[in-house]
Amino acid sequence: MANISVPSLTIGATPATLAAVTPRPPRRRTPWEWFATTGWRHLVGVAVCVVSVFPLLYVISTSLSANGTLTGSNQLFASITFENYVNLVSDPGRPFVRWWLNTLFVAGTTAVLSVFLCALAAYAFSRLRFSGRRAGLATIVISQMFPQFLGIVAIYLLLSTLGDAVPALGLNSLVGLIVVYLGGALGVNTFLMYGYFNTIPRELDEAAKIDGAGHARIFFTIILPLVGPILVVVGMLIYIATAGDFIIASVVLSDTQIQTAPVGLYGMISLFRNDNWGVFCAGAVLTALPVMILFLFTQKYIVTGLFAGSGK
Amino acid sequence: MTITAPQPTRRSRRSSNMQEAAPSGLVLVVKILLMAMVDGFGLFLLMAFIANAQIIVAVTVGVGLIAVNIVYFRRGGLAAKYIIPGLIFLVVFQIFVIAYTIYVSFTNFGFGHNIDKSSAVEQILSNSIDRVPGSDSYPVAVLTADGQLFLLATAPDGSAKLGSADSSLAPAPDAVFVGGKAQSVAGYTTLTLAELFQQQEAVTSLAVPLGDSVSDGFLKTADARNAYIYESTFIYSVPDDTMTDTATGAIYRDNGEGNFESADGLILQPGWKAMVGVENYATAMASTGQSEIFGVFVWTFVFAFMSMLLSFVAGTFFALVFNDPRLRGRRGYRVVMILPYAFPVFLSGLVWSGLLNQQYGFINQVLLGGADVPWLQDAMLARVTVILVSVWFGAPYFFLVCTGALQAIPDDIQQAARLDGASPWQLFRHIKLPLLLVSVSPLLIAAFAFSFNDFGTIFMLSGGGPSNPTSPIGAGATDILITVVYKLAFLPGQKDYGLASAFAVVIFIVVSAISLALFRKTKSLEEVY
Repeated sequence: MANISVPSLTIGATPATLAAVTPRPPRRRTPWEWFATTGWRHLVGVAVCVVSVFPLLYVISTSLSANGTLTGSNQLFASITFENYVNLVSDPGRPFVRWWLNTLFVAGTTAVLSVFLCALAAYAFSRLRFSGRRAGLATIVISQMFPQFLGIVAIYLLLSTLGDAVPALGLNSLVGLIVVYLGGALGVNTFLMYGYFNTIPRELDEAAKIDGAGHARIFFTIILPLVGPILVVVGMLIYIATAGDFIIASVVLSDTQIQTAPVGLYGMISLFRNDNWGVFCAGAVLTALPVMILFLFTQKYIVTGLFAGSGK
Repeated sequence: MTITAPQPTRRSRRSSNMQEAAPSGLVLVVKILLMAMVDGFGLFLLMAFIANAQIIVAVTVGVGLIAVNIVYFRRGGLAAKYIIPGLIFLVVFQIFVIAYTIYVSFTNFGFGHNIDKSSAVEQILSNSIDRVPGSDSYPVAVLTADGQLFLLATAPDGSAKLGSADSSLAPAPDAVFVGGKAQSVAGYTTLTLAELFQQQEAVTSLAVPLGDSVSDGFLKTADARNAYIYESTFIYSVPDDTMTDTATGAIYRDNGEGNFESADGLILQPGWKAMVGVENYATAMASTGQSEIFGVFVWTFVFAFMSMLLSFVAGTFFALVFNDPRLRGRRGYRVVMILPYAFPVFLSGLVWSGLLNQQYGFINQVLLGGADVPWLQDAMLARVTVILVSVWFGAPYFFLVCTGALQAIPDDIQQAARLDGASPWQLFRHIKLPLLLVSVSPLLIAAFAFSFNDFGTIFMLSGGGPSNPTSPIGAGATDILITVVYKLAFLPGQKDYGLASAFAVVIFIVVSAISLALFRKTKSLEEVY
């Protein structure tokens, strides 16, 4: 699964190969020598870990605190109750469960459809020769510089126009939001998939072709099963990016009942930051959890650099 | 990053020349079913847009639908069949959106200017209606059907007429009269006194047009018993394209910027959408040097550059520190260190804003023992703070990337340098860093471009503040271009789509220029090393 071809970087030398290459450290070292070579690195490590993890621990601690205000959350883990979580899901004025499910629906659907659109294009770029192929690939790489939300004003105006005739494609519609996100389907991810498709031996297609398989059969029954890993990775990356999007979602979804978690959570504390802090932190934990789990699975691939900007 | 297409081998050339096999059996059935669904949906869209009189959209959908059918039903053109599904979304929601942004940036589209001119004329006329002095009174009954209110009027000649806000007054021959006054019509419910009282406001604001044109006048009632003819106090002259206020005699002319303006500078609302040329760009640029707008430009660059540079420096440092095979627990450190990058960016911005809160935040209250540091309240300090927080989640990314890049540097080069007596610093400065830069440069550019538009950090952390009341575009001390775009277009009270789009176009241009220049630079780097 780990066999992604990366154009500019080769990453992820395993500990085994490293151990084979580097000389073994001397057996005995004095404490001072130990500190000079590796000990200080542990100091840096601990310091960095504290800085990295502290805000996250703080969020968890606050979400479990009995006092749901900003003022009252400064004693970490002073009390552990699930009051904030109960409050979070039981207030009909801010339907968090709905927001959470909306996020799941929007990000999940966007991920699945984008992966499919992306795989179709990657297949064409990898297996077919046509005029405009190189230009197309170059465009895709350059497109990563221009996030979709730069056109946010036009997206808003376009959706409000479309929504006049077809409400499902307009503002305040989850389908409309998904359709907007699909505009970004062909992008850096296509380039990554293209690289992976190229690693599948052409001989397989050739053999199938000689056996009389058409291009569609080759794509669906031979190529797609073989590129499974990259489809999963790209899908997860798109999920992470979509589930964390605020700017487009906030413009498209203004109705509280159908917002996604980022928009809803922001709305919850944008006015009353102090009062809702504990409940917000509970929401933050529940929102971040699935994304962070996915992220830890995919981090190996994120460093390939092709994801610069798209992973977030 | 250069794209190198694999050299076509003899075999691949042969395969590309191979004709696509004629679809057979199941494949053909599936294909026809799919196309039927696509066409069905396309026709539905087409009908919906035609029904809504959105001709331009309808034509676009129609042309697109025909193009899709041609692509899928002709032989050959295989690549298009695979690319077009994604391409459609790309064209509509990326490319068209960019083009439309450019167009909007040359208009005054926004609050008070979001309709076309004929609608604006109509609204001005119907907003300024007044009772015609001495006009006849029409006894009325208020009726309702399908949730809409109707006026059933008894004309001076004794006939009954029915109309609503959307349908002009028309004869109602089947009206039932009670005591010489038309009282009800089959199919409509006459409102009782209690209902009238409930819907008082809706009833008194109901204006039933007397004809197709606004200038024909309206029937309005103040007490739900008698209605009078109201006419606009303005008269619109089509040949002169002027509005005349019949009360004062003032003449308002089209000022070319989407408004009727009188000789002494009075403006009628609403205005309409009009091309205003480069006015938005002039607004964005003109006050350079004297206002906050120029400051926003500079700050956006500073923020993006510092955020990228410090993230890279910190990431490289940690990568060097933890890239020692003798260090135990490296994997543990690694996982913990990338957690900030995994945490959704909008959440980390909000969480840090809480931590850094001046009165109650953890940093001031606990770490600094009750200090009163205005992390996000002081303009200068807020800028430093947002950069540092952006490094908090930018550094892990570069840590990951640089770790990989460092491990990819061949060991023999490093050993050769060590044999030649290079110090660890020399080793880093002359061997590792140059090689690192070669592989990481494209990512630095991407990181710069990302930070340049890092809406999440700024908007969630500081909200662009501390705010500056003197800024003509409402930009605070930490506002970057993209948050200004968002604020101009979507915050209540502003809604200036034209100006917001102009800023977006400026971002497009800046980002393109930078990426282009830096990609060139990257290429030359690769040639040197």
